[in-house]
Order: sequence, then C-alpha cells, then structure tokens
Amino acid sequence: MSIPSITQVSGTAVFVPGADIDTDRIIPARYLRCVTFDDLAEGLFRDVRTDPEGNSCNHPLDDPRFEGASIMLSGPNFGCGSSREHAPQAIRRAGFDAIIAESFAEIFFGNSTGLGMPCVCASAEEIQAIADAVEANPKLEVIIDLESMTASYGDVSIAVTMPKTAREALLSARWDPIQELLDNGGAIEARAEALPYV
Amino acid sequence: MFAFRRRCAMTRPSKAKIMGKNLYQKVWDEHAVGTLADGRTQLFIGTHLIHEVTSPQAFGMLRDLDLKVKYPSRTFATVDHIVPTDNQQRPFADPLADAMITELRKNVDEFGITYFDLASGMQGIVHVVGPEQGITQPGTTIACGDSHTATHGAFGAIAFGIGTTQVRDVLATQTIAMEEMKVRRINVNGKLGPGVYAKDVALHIIRLLGANGGIGYAYEYGGSTFDGFTMEERMTVCNMSIEGGARCGYVNPDATTFEFLRNRPYSPKNGEWDEAEERWLSYASDADAEYDDVVNIDAAEIEPTVTWGISPDQGVAISESIPDPAEAKNAVERASILEALEYMKLPAGAPIKGTHVDVAFIGSCTNGRLSDFREVARYLKGRKVADGVKALAVPGSQITAVICKKEGLDQIFIDAGFEWREAGCSMCLAMNPDKLQGDQLCASSSNRNFKGRQGSATGRTVLMSPLMVAAAAIEGKIADAREVFSVN
Repeated sequence: MSIPSITQVSGTAVFVPGADIDTDRIIPARYLRCVTFDDLAEGLFRDVRTDPEGNSCNHPLDDPRFEGASIMLSGPNFGCGSSREHAPQAIRRAGFDAIIAESFAEIFFGNSTGLGMPCVCASAEEIQAIADAVEANPKLEVIIDLESMTASYGDVSIAVTMPKTAREALLSARWDPIQELLDNGGAIEARAEALPYV
Repeated sequence: MFAFRRRCAMTRPSKAKIMGKNLYQKVWDEHAVGTLADGRTQLFIGTHLIHEVTSPQAFGMLRDLDLKVKYPSRTFATVDHIVPTDNQQRPFADPLADAMITELRKNVDEFGITYFDLASGMQGIVHVVGPEQGITQPGTTIACGDSHTATHGAFGAIAFGIGTTQVRDVLATQTIAMEEMKVRRINVNGKLGPGVYAKDVALHIIRLLGANGGIGYAYEYGGSTFDGFTMEERMTVCNMSIEGGARCGYVNPDATTFEFLRNRPYSPKNGEWDEAEERWLSYASDADAEYDDVVNIDAAEIEPTVTWGISPDQGVAISESIPDPAEAKNAVERASILEALEYMKLPAGAPIKGTHVDVAFIGSCTNGRLSDFREVARYLKGRKVADGVKALAVPGSQITAVICKKEGLDQIFIDAGFEWREAGCSMCLAMNPDKLQGDQLCASSSNRNFKGRQGSATGRTVLMSPLMVAAAAIEGKIADAREVFSVN
C-alpha cells in the first residue's frame, strides 16, 4: 500500500473561532448512526450552522466568500471530547486538507494525522492575524510547509509547530502506519509471547 | 516531598542514577514492540474493546486491505451507544441503529470475536462491562474506540481511547503507533465531606487544571482519598481524565483492586490467583518514582460541584455563584464565559442553586454503576420527583440492572417517579431515542456538558454527582443534596 508524502498544503482558509471546540460540535452524535464514513460532510458543525427551525446561523463555513477553503483556522484545544474519528473524517470530506489552531486535543490530533491531514499550532495572535488577512482577502492563498514548519500568506511567514513524530510521519509517507505495523509481525508475536497475560 | 520532586523531575532519570519507575513507564516498557521509523513506539495492546459506533468502518478497512484479525481472543465487543433503553425489540424503531447492531453481529461472527450482545445478559456500557467481567486487569494496555476508555485505568492499566483507523490497526496487528506521554501525579489527601463524591473530585480536578490541562499527560491519581476509594469511585475519576484533556488516567493497583477482580468471569482462576496478585502489585509505581508534574489537592476543600457552562472545566461548588464575565481575568476568559452563559441562558453572578431543571439523568460510564444506584436509593426512598421533571435512571449494564432489581433499588426509583430503563449509554450522548427537547436543562450524572451533547442543539447540561441529580429531580431545581437529604 503506497501513500503520498505530505510536505506542503496550500489553499484558501476559513476561521472557525472558539476555544475547546469539541467533536460533538464538529459532528453531532446523530450523524454517527452509520457504518461508513462516506456521508459525514453534511453533518460538519451542523448544529452551529443551522438553527432548529432550519435557518442559517451565518456560520463561517456557510459564508460564500470562504467557499472552497481547504485550511481551517481555530482556537485552543480543538477537537476535544469524544474520540470519534468521524470528526476529522467530516472535516476531510468537506474538503479540508489541514488545520491551524492554538492547540489540539490528543486523540483528534492522532486521528487527523492518520488521515494525512496535518494539524499545526500557532499562537492566538498569529491565527487572528491570518484570520484578519483572510477576512480582508478571502482568496488569499495560505501555504503550510512541513519541511520548514512555516505558514505563509501574502508576504508574511510564521513558524508553526507539530510534534516531531507526526511531522516525520507525514513527510516520510508513513502517516498511515499499517504497513510498518504489519511488517513487524515477528516482533509483535515475540512481545505477545513475553507478556505474562497474553 | 513532592514539591522537591517537582523541581527536579522534568527529565527522566539518567541510566547512571537508578530511580524508581511509575506504573505508566513499567507498563509502557513491557508493551513496547519497537520504535517505528517516524520515532513513535509500536505499542502492544493487551485488551481491545469495541462497540457498534466506532468499529464498523475499521472492519470495512480490514476487508478493503484483505487483512485478518491477528488475535481475535484479545478483542471483546458489546453494544451500548445506540441501544434503545425502553423498547429493545428488534428491529429497533431507528433503522440506522438497527443496521449498526446488525453490522456488529456480522463482524464479530466473521472474525471470531466474543460479543456481549443484548441477549447475553452481560451487555452494557463497554466501560462497565470490562471491569464487571474481569477483562480489565492491572498492568495491561487497553484500547477502545471511545474516549472514556481511561475508566479502566482505575485498575492500574494504561487505558486510552483511539480513533477508528487505530481500531483497524489493533484488529490487524494488536498494536498501534503511539507517542509516550508524560505523567502527572495528582494527590488528593484527606477525607471527603458528607455528600461529596468521586464525581465531585473529578469535576474539581478538571476545574482546577482545565479542560486542556492534561494534553500530553497520563494522570496518576493517588493520595489517601484514592487509597480509600472503592473501585467504582476510582473508575468515576479515571473516566473523566479525558474531560481534563488527559487521554489516560490511572490508580495504582492494591488490595481493593484485587478484591474487586476476585471471581470475575475473566479473572485468573484459583490456581493462578496468587501469582497474578503478586505480578499486578509489581506494576504499582515505585516509592521513588519520578513524575513530570505533581499536583496536591486537599479533599476537605472539595464541595459538591456542578458545571454552569459548555465545557467540563466550567464548574462551581454548589454554594458558589455563576461566574460574571465582568470579573474575568482577561478577554479570552470573558469571551468564553459570555459564550457559555448565552448558550446556557443563565444569569451572570446568580447562585447556581435554584436553577430550574427539566430533566434528571442518572447513568453513563461515569456514574451508572451499582454503587451509584445504591447510594441514591438510600436517600430516595419515600421522596418524589417534582412535577414537570422527567427523571431517567439507566443502569450501566444488564448485570447492574439485575442486581438493582434483586435489591429492590429499581422499585425505589420507580416509586419516586423515575423511569427505570434498560442498560446503555442513553442520554449521555443521545445517540438512541433518549434526548433532550428544545432548550431543556438536564441535571446529569454523565461526563460532558458540550453544546448539543444530549441530543438537542439547544439542550443544556449541568454535570453533577448522582445524588445531586436526585436532589435536583426532587426539588425541580439545582439543589444541595446535603440539604435536600439531610446528609451528614
């Protein structure tokens, strides 16, 4: 199984502000009543995009200026709560290729990396500055470069961070680890043999 | 003692110094298969638990890649999130829910996995079933596609939630790629006051350290309060580690742990028991173990705690008031208080006590165990749920339900005006028909007060201990259970 290495993500961006945006908000639980991930994009942030009467809440994701955005910007502890991979799957299937936030909840971060969707961190001020630039020019291209660990837009370039292992996994086309895990079958069996309870 | 360690413990001991290890390090080292090319560890998962929501896609991936389940006997399945708690007749009223349970049956049959299904008498919330069956054991690694897997850490296991692609990895290889966490020791010392429960300890810790305070950490809970806790109390606190941002939380195994596990269906049998106990004890953190951080909490400071906002760290003691954004420390805090109060429709600065309640829910993997129902029943006898309040009691497992019935607890709840339901996750996340309507406010013994968590996009959740939920149900408003039930 061959997967591409991910060195750079570029595209237009949309700012979804807020702290502690949880995975229930990203994809409400009723959308988890499914046996495939195929139709999740529709549920993305559904309950903060449409009110119970079906009216639009003018969420940034429904702002026509940001249509086609492939980079999401957000606040601290993004993706906290439930481990549901449905959350990053919904984001991915709605056309996003990367997220820049102040920080990420751990399970969400791992799930996203496993889908080849880089999650990089920047400060609140830096993210606000990108959001302001995008607000002024929604067609502005934002480039996340994992080699140099920067995010650039216009003539600005900022440093972004990501754990070393995840970066390495993305750059070296190992973000889906299944093949490497399988290749170590002998070592797995030896470990199982050595464990007193297996 | 810990203050000293805190200063010097930011790095792991060098090999020259022989220092003790904490449980996390011991279990991690014993389960490490090797280091992957990207630097992550390939970690062996001793026990894998699955349920209907996060496993079907993983089995689909296995089929796509033409892979088999490597150790079928190391995975256990049950069904909990989508099961109706009233009418469980198949097919379920919700065809999507029925399709999920059908899919799980197909998958476990095809791959030879043990399944505690609705007909087994052993079904329940996966985090109640594991311990109940004795599947959850000290010194093991436990993974499940569910963030509340940390519950199992109460037994001295390294237990954590994983995503569906990782469920695939565990099924196919019994391992995952993972980065080692730091360890924060949280000591709670002293005696909890009357009417103060493990749930209050959990909410207090989260309030203190924040919903993101635990990112990158495993939480080791200890101190005399935890030493004195029952296993069910330990599970309640470990369960909510993730609400504090910690993927994993645990308590060192001791005599209380072993007593709980004795004679469970999957526990070691008589001839193996002594050896198992000795081995389990060896995983406990050494007296001179090092930690990346240490926090000390005085149990006497903890009051019955309730949330007022939309994040589990937005909590107050029952005697306190709802925060006022005008008193926020900074603009970020002010914005988050404002957002929470707007959603919760609560007045800034008013006492939380007296807030009108529409629904009361006792259940979930946090507080749906036998001891929770026993404790509430002690006080509920002869009392009545207030007019207009819908009150639900949902046992965490079929076995819990059977014992409650045998002890007559179900009747006490029913006589008080609660609906006594079948086992499942129910209104904790409302994937089944148990949902809030409109902006109903629910006093809930569950674990998350996120926007829309309980099934209505405008529904409101106030987290608290089961006895506080019972007090709210009786009063029709948030109340101090110590006063309502004369707890002293």
